[in-house]
Amino acid sequence: MTSTVAGRTTAATANGVGSSPARPDGTRKVRGEFAYSSDLWHEDMLWGATLRSPHPHARITGVDVSAAVAVPGVHAVLTHGDVPGLNRYGLEHPDQPVLADDVVRYRGEPVAVVAADHPETAQRAMKLIEVTYDELEPVTDAEDAVHGDVAELHPGGNVVRHAPIRRGEQTPQADVVVTGRYEVGMQDQAFLGPESGLAVPDGHGGVDLYVATQWLHVDQQQIVAALGLTPEQVRLTLAGVGGAFGGREDLSMQIHASLLALYTGKPVKMVYNREESFYGHVHRHPATMYYEHGATRDGRLVHVTARIYLDGGAYASSTGAVVGNAATLGVGPYDVPNVSIDCWGTYTNNPPCGAMRGFGAVQAAFGYESQMDKLADACGLSPTEIRRRNAMSEGTVMPTGQTVDSAAPVAELLDRLEGMPLPQPGSTADLRTLPGGVSNTTHGEGVVRGVGYAVGIKNICFSEGFDDYSTARVRLAAVGGQPAVTVQTAAAEVGQGLVTILQQIIRTELGVEQVTILPMDTSIGSAGSTSASRQSYMTGGAVRAAALKVRGALLSHAATRLSRTTAELHLDGGKLASVADGVLADLVDVLGEAEFDETVEWRHRPTEALDPETGRGNAHVQYGFAAHRAVVDVDTELGLVKVVSLDCVQDVGKALNPQAVVGQIQGGSAQGLGLAVMEEIQTEGGVIRNPSFTDYLIPTVLDMPPMNIDVLELADPHAPYGLRGVGEPPTISSTPAIVAAIRAATGKELLRVPVRPDHIV
Amino acid sequence: MRVNLTVNGERRRADDVWEGESLLYVLRERLGLPGSKNACEQGECGSCTVYLDDVPACACLVAAGQAEGREVRTVEGLADGDALDPVQQSFVDAGAVQCGFCTPGLVVAAHDLLRREPDPSDEEIREALAGNLCRCTGYEKILDAVHSAAGAR
Ligand code: FES
Ligand code: FES
Repeated sequence: MTSTVAGRTTAATANGVGSSPARPDGTRKVRGEFAYSSDLWHEDMLWGATLRSPHPHARITGVDVSAAVAVPGVHAVLTHGDVPGLNRYGLEHPDQPVLADDVVRYRGEPVAVVAADHPETAQRAMKLIEVTYDELEPVTDAEDAVHGDVAELHPGGNVVRHAPIRRGEQTPQADVVVTGRYEVGMQDQAFLGPESGLAVPDGHGGVDLYVATQWLHVDQQQIVAALGLTPEQVRLTLAGVGGAFGGREDLSMQIHASLLALYTGKPVKMVYNREESFYGHVHRHPATMYYEHGATRDGRLVHVTARIYLDGGAYASSTGAVVGNAATLGVGPYDVPNVSIDCWGTYTNNPPCGAMRGFGAVQAAFGYESQMDKLADACGLSPTEIRRRNAMSEGTVMPTGQTVDSAAPVAELLDRLEGMPLPQPGSTADLRTLPGGVSNTTHGEGVVRGVGYAVGIKNICFSEGFDDYSTARVRLAAVGGQPAVTVQTAAAEVGQGLVTILQQIIRTELGVEQVTILPMDTSIGSAGSTSASRQSYMTGGAVRAAALKVRGALLSHAATRLSRTTAELHLDGGKLASVADGVLADLVDVLGEAEFDETVEWRHRPTEALDPETGRGNAHVQYGFAAHRAVVDVDTELGLVKVVSLDCVQDVGKALNPQAVVGQIQGGSAQGLGLAVMEEIQTEGGVIRNPSFTDYLIPTVLDMPPMNIDVLELADPHAPYGLRGVGEPPTISSTPAIVAAIRAATGKELLRVPVRPDHIV
Repeated sequence: MRVNLTVNGERRRADDVWEGESLLYVLRERLGLPGSKNACEQGECGSCTVYLDDVPACACLVAAGQAEGREVRTVEGLADGDALDPVQQSFVDAGAVQCGFCTPGLVVAAHDLLRREPDPSDEEIREALAGNLCRCTGYEKILDAVHSAAGAR
């Protein structure tokens, strides 16, 4: 870890900010005792099942539930007429039916739900529901959806959002021009814990829902509207979350289970199986991108022109935000004087797409980084040199007109990557190190090595004028003769380790070792979403602010008790001390019966909306950067790829928990590797062809190479502790670096990810 | 039907089991042992890995009836009271646990590997754990954990 700015610690104690203590839920997780949302159980509970549309686009002409209702053990069969409130929900626009009414817009859209006393009974009854459809022509191409003569899938047309970015000259001249059309396939979050939860009716018309989600309060808002209830009547508690990566930002079974629970008066559990999970959450937007890069003969960018089409599928979800990211970050981490970008997010009859780690930035990065390599070739420069010549840095003005006002160490990331050792040439003696592995497909013949580089940029936190905040409550009191703190927030722990970081922040600010993180629920205000790499920043910021208020109150209480002034007192590892006289008292003695309890709603600095014509505006709070170098061995006869090493340098501002930071970089890089060489939801006429882990492959331990990782800590003065969001940047540059390495090995153009064997041979 | 089996050293009985239920379902929903996970229920992810008569198996692929009279050891049966098994402790210490959904299966698979090969190489660990998917960690810290558990045994 390279630290250029020392962490600011105020109340020295072990296991504070900058250390890597064990996670508080780790022991329960390794013992199998951590309760995930699919592990919940309630006396007398029923099981829910969801009937989904077999067609990507159809008009419903009739629904007959009588045979299903007649099955012994079935307690309820519900259709759209049973939704008491608004039969629509959605993150940005309420455009998605809770249960389809007149038209289904994707294959897998929920049409009816069943509750029964055994999951198999529910499944069998579900299959007895008779729905008749008039099939309609599906719209399956995003460019057609924008420009073509196709059916309007929603009132107002098929464009969810068009974001233009205009900067400088719109018809510039350049010595060297390269163009390309690039495609990104639809990636799945493939979190391992299936969508699931338990809804328990309270007997007074309300419901308690235990669920795995990324944002309790935005779930609650949508559920309340659909059920026609008040927020007081719909209480959510976070159950154990088995990964998220964006795929739990939208609702899945939340409203359905709550409805069934209210109708039957019994607790209802719903658990999707893996196939249903592919239908049950949004995916990464597939993209088609047309890029033109112009540069001077010595490789300095003159202009970037791009058209980017993002297929949002049947419903809007977070398409608007994804478009905003792809547009504003569409030239990558480079200083470009003339920019003309148009980015569209569309409705089609493909599976709905929304948030996935790095959303919008991932797709654009495959386009602009492929272009940078092409430009390097055209200018006779190395891939790293062309990037260095155009690298943005602190003070660079983005295409939106926003000045980057903290570290943007793009050139340094590249320098450090180049300085890392390269792996040894592969041994042909050990099959396990060759493409194809123990399948024994080669002994080294036809195997060629390639090296590739890429850099990525991501906006951290919510952008474009969104009122982004988090709420935290911190309570300090003596418990059993020890000072103890409890922290309450509604921030979703999805595996990333936020619970550990919140404990560390308290230890640093209050010098108290014993910190309990209360279960996350809606009895406190919103923490915002666990997405956009924002929780350490936002809920970390909120907890720190609440802790500082507690500290202020504690010090004035102590000043009175110790007959001192507040100004001369400070906290030091569980003691109160003054500079002049050293330790004065134990914190626990000063506390006595007193209790300090503070709740804070904390915001990052405001951002602005983008001008709808020019895309001008200070739209983002913070930018994060990572760069990768990939080394691959390619069996050029069979098209098999082995990623030999994948090195990463990332600036994290301040590593609050170095072990968790490295874990994010490793996991994020692995997801980028998946997109590069294996992961795609394949659709045909709107129908998913591979909804299983047999056919949708994610990297295994055999696919993931060792990584050299270098973490920079260039503090952002605007952020708590100087931190920079960590989760997304490593997913962004991993993919284009690997593809660049495969190009270097094979000489193929490779205009689409994931790269498949038939692209290579 | 009724299924009798030994789980983590205790004789257990499950009644009213439907023929189509898997051993995983019986463990999770009938015997109160949800530690073994249900990430795919089709034999692809390893999150449901248990010992069946001392051999690791995907509990989702074992029909409940096939477990009749047999011995099952799940992730809940690895620790000795409060003392974690060295594999479990190493997973916590190495940061090999993020969301943890893969962890029960990986812990059992790694436990089995170390019984067979007390000091495995990276390549051996990779081959042994190739049937266990993890979506969060990128596996590097899982390799670290297995190495350090090997050292601790
Ligand atoms: S749940 Fe058994 S292998 Fe995935
Ligand atoms: S820790 Fe989440 S799947 Fe492995």
